[in-house]
Amino acid sequence: MDQLIGYFLYFCSLLAVGGIYSLIALGLNVQWGFAGLFNVGIAGFVSIGAYTYALLTTDTSPLHYGGLGLPLAVGIVAAMIASGLISAIIGVICIRLRSDYLAIATIGIAEIIKLVLKNNSEITNGPRGINKIPRLWENFTEERFYNDWPMSWFASAETWQSIFSSLPRWWWQPCFALSIIIAVYVVYKLLEKLRLSPWGRMMTAIRENEPAAHAAGKNVTGRRIEAFILGSMIMGLAGAVLAMHLRLIEPTNTFDPSKLTFLVWVMLIAGGSGNNRGAILGSFLIWVIWSASEIVINVGIDVIGDFTNIHVGILSTRAGYLRMLLIGLLLQYILQKYPLGILPESRPTASSKT
Amino acid sequence: MNTDTPTLELKDITAGYGESEILHGINLKVKPGEIVAIIGPNGAGKSTAIKAILGLLNITKGSVLLDGNDITDTPPDRVVTKGISYVPQTHNVFVNLSVQENLEMGAWTRTDGIPERLDEMFTLFPDLREKRRQAAGSLSGGQRQMVAMAKALMVDAKVLLLDEPTAGLSPKYRGEIFSTIQDINSSGVPILIVEQNAKQALGCANRGYVLVEGTNRYEGTGKELLDDREVARMFLGGGE
Amino acid sequence: MWESFGFEFVNFYFIPGLVLGCIYALGAIGITLTFGILRFANFAHGEVMMTGAYVTWTIMAITGALFGWALHPLIAAIPSIFLMILVFFVVDRFFYKPFRKAPTIKVVMASFGMMLVIRSLVQILWGPNQITFVRGIAKPNGFIRELTGSLDMMILVPNKHFLIMAGTVVIVILLGYLLTSTRIGKAMRAVSDSPDLALVTGIDVEVVIRATWIVGGACAVAAGVFLAMDIQMLETTMGFRMLLPMFAAAILGGIGKPYGAVLGGLVIGLAEELSSYPWIGDSPLLSPGYKSGVAFSIMIVMLIVRPSGLFKGRTF
Repeated sequence: MDQLIGYFLYFCSLLAVGGIYSLIALGLNVQWGFAGLFNVGIAGFVSIGAYTYALLTTDTSPLHYGGLGLPLAVGIVAAMIASGLISAIIGVICIRLRSDYLAIATIGIAEIIKLVLKNNSEITNGPRGINKIPRLWENFTEERFYNDWPMSWFASAETWQSIFSSLPRWWWQPCFALSIIIAVYVVYKLLEKLRLSPWGRMMTAIRENEPAAHAAGKNVTGRRIEAFILGSMIMGLAGAVLAMHLRLIEPTNTFDPSKLTFLVWVMLIAGGSGNNRGAILGSFLIWVIWSASEIVINVGIDVIGDFTNIHVGILSTRAGYLRMLLIGLLLQYILQKYPLGILPESRPTASSKT
Repeated sequence: MNTDTPTLELKDITAGYGESEILHGINLKVKPGEIVAIIGPNGAGKSTAIKAILGLLNITKGSVLLDGNDITDTPPDRVVTKGISYVPQTHNVFVNLSVQENLEMGAWTRTDGIPERLDEMFTLFPDLREKRRQAAGSLSGGQRQMVAMAKALMVDAKVLLLDEPTAGLSPKYRGEIFSTIQDINSSGVPILIVEQNAKQALGCANRGYVLVEGTNRYEGTGKELLDDREVARMFLGGGE
Repeated sequence: MWESFGFEFVNFYFIPGLVLGCIYALGAIGITLTFGILRFANFAHGEVMMTGAYVTWTIMAITGALFGWALHPLIAAIPSIFLMILVFFVVDRFFYKPFRKAPTIKVVMASFGMMLVIRSLVQILWGPNQITFVRGIAKPNGFIRELTGSLDMMILVPNKHFLIMAGTVVIVILLGYLLTSTRIGKAMRAVSDSPDLALVTGIDVEVVIRATWIVGGACAVAAGVFLAMDIQMLETTMGFRMLLPMFAAAILGGIGKPYGAVLGGLVIGLAEELSSYPWIGDSPLLSPGYKSGVAFSIMIVMLIVRPSGLFKGRTF
């Protein structure tokens, strides 16, 4: 029974993290699929969302600013606004750059964001990061939440304590995962509506034939900036959820661009760029492959360790990089053989020649 | 070699970019030693015909023959080794290389005789000799055109293709270009010119083709076309 | 004057800035050539630098263990250069060539992927921990110290820094000769100028591309080895850390202009080091934690104000 619960909880965590990646991929799809912007600084926007959420919702702490203990919803909204603001500034400066240059610029921006987070220790606790970030559903079990409104309206502190002690320890995990899936669904629906709206159709027109759109008097740059901001806001949301999931964030390793930025790009390309459904599908697919490969490699290491003299410890540290190597090669394979991804885009308008 | 075989021939060429068709079955010939002009209105497919020879676009039907040999599917960089020299209309010199370096690049497919040919080119274009170390991009339009032509002649061309050689040039240079073209031709090189400037082109050409909307419309010797009333009405009215 | 200002400034800020600039310059040469001739930003360039350094160290270690030789890094770098050029060829053939006629974005993504593939390979083969490249503390070169000391302007330059700067000068001179006096060098400049014209002129563009990888690869390995000599260790993030400043240097100098890349590299290297000098008052002008932001800021300014760079390179 315990083993079944174990599998169930593992499944929940796959859903949760897959969902977080889906959100990031959906945000990236707004920038890339809608507006053709090659953003390689994803990690930066996610980290802004995460830190904003963390600083606003954690308890007061001598280690960092904020810790205002605000309601989670406020933290989430603030995360989205913060990401959106920063991306607005960057967008106005950089949006006209050609794709190579935009890629370089966005990498640089992610680096700068990381430096700012790392160096301003009074605000962010520098390299040591912020911990005890409240996680949705699980936070209800924390004293500072059930002692305060709105939970205190419904029952007294003791009642809450007895309710929670009667639940299994892991009760919040499926709730958390489900919430993320719901969030992904909501964002997906909104983006689909957007895609079919006049704004969405204009973005398609711009992407297909920019000179014509220019000639028709459309404000191409303005629309692109809008897409950039919207995508970043979704990434900010994902960042807040990521902070919830991890409960501890710090500037360098949590938002490692090779995992965050790169993996999301592989997900988008694998799933079908330009395609919201593809973004979600690609995210879960690649995330499952990534997680499963960890298990497969660990099993493989044990086997090798049994049959040879190679020390298991060395193998397992290096094996982690094997996963990255395989994902990198997978990307090359997909780029060459399945450039449209698994779910090629379905255009709402009449076909046009490329 | 049979002297009746045209040096260059396009047979029933249907071609275009991607899925759009621009040439709908055109025919033309350049016989040994000739100057042939292609004229016609904008969008008639004149430059497209040249690009078809070079393999720069999709040929769906027909063939391109050089000295009777089929070169239809030859890729552009191999086409030069077969003996076709091409001077594009724009971007026809390496702007950051010196005049001499441009000519040296023109001789890329040559194995020997480079210094001699260089000297010949500087004799044909004396202005270039004194500017040989200058960056090609710093020269005037007319001088640049000369560099482009000299560059194309660094190899032993079987036929020279010129795409609108006088476009955007002052009348002085236009005259010089046409007289240079005749000088080059007098050494035996057949030349195919695409020109907007129909009158001067037909004036120095042996024969001409008039292309309209991707098909052959008129054909004849230079003089015949110059005298033709229809041709005159369509193309020769506005020019000088 | 020298005692109070010059000594500290020159020895601890200016010369390290020059050295860093040399490393950036060499890396940027490869990047600007690739950008100019192959028309894309090669994100994997930093990893090739790093791998070149790792391979060099491995050669030093193997020859030391097998034959008892103590090879100098610059000697061991030579076989490393050959190997890395081969790597460049293989990567180009299988991962970049398929996209020659495709939109640039595809090959840029492929190079981004290669960046991670190469880095992971290095991490698997050599492990993620730091490896000491050269042991010991670098002492200032005695000859230079004596000479300048007698002029009352003592300059302390460790041998390694001297070698790096001298090596860079040699490489740049050789590069200049290649590009202006050899047929293939002129062809490289021609293709960088106009690949379409080069094609119809009959220039074999694939040969030029191969030459680009050779020159770029040699410069990248040199940069990687110099960097390893400077910081005296190897780590797997070395390459990525250099990538942004190298791109900045290439853009600053003008895409496709190798001399521009050299100048750009020197400017950025100096700017980074000098930014932490206490120009005003007692504390550094820019907190050292933000050093890597300097290159980026210079690049952004260039992209907005004058995208063609100092030497009027290509703008896309």
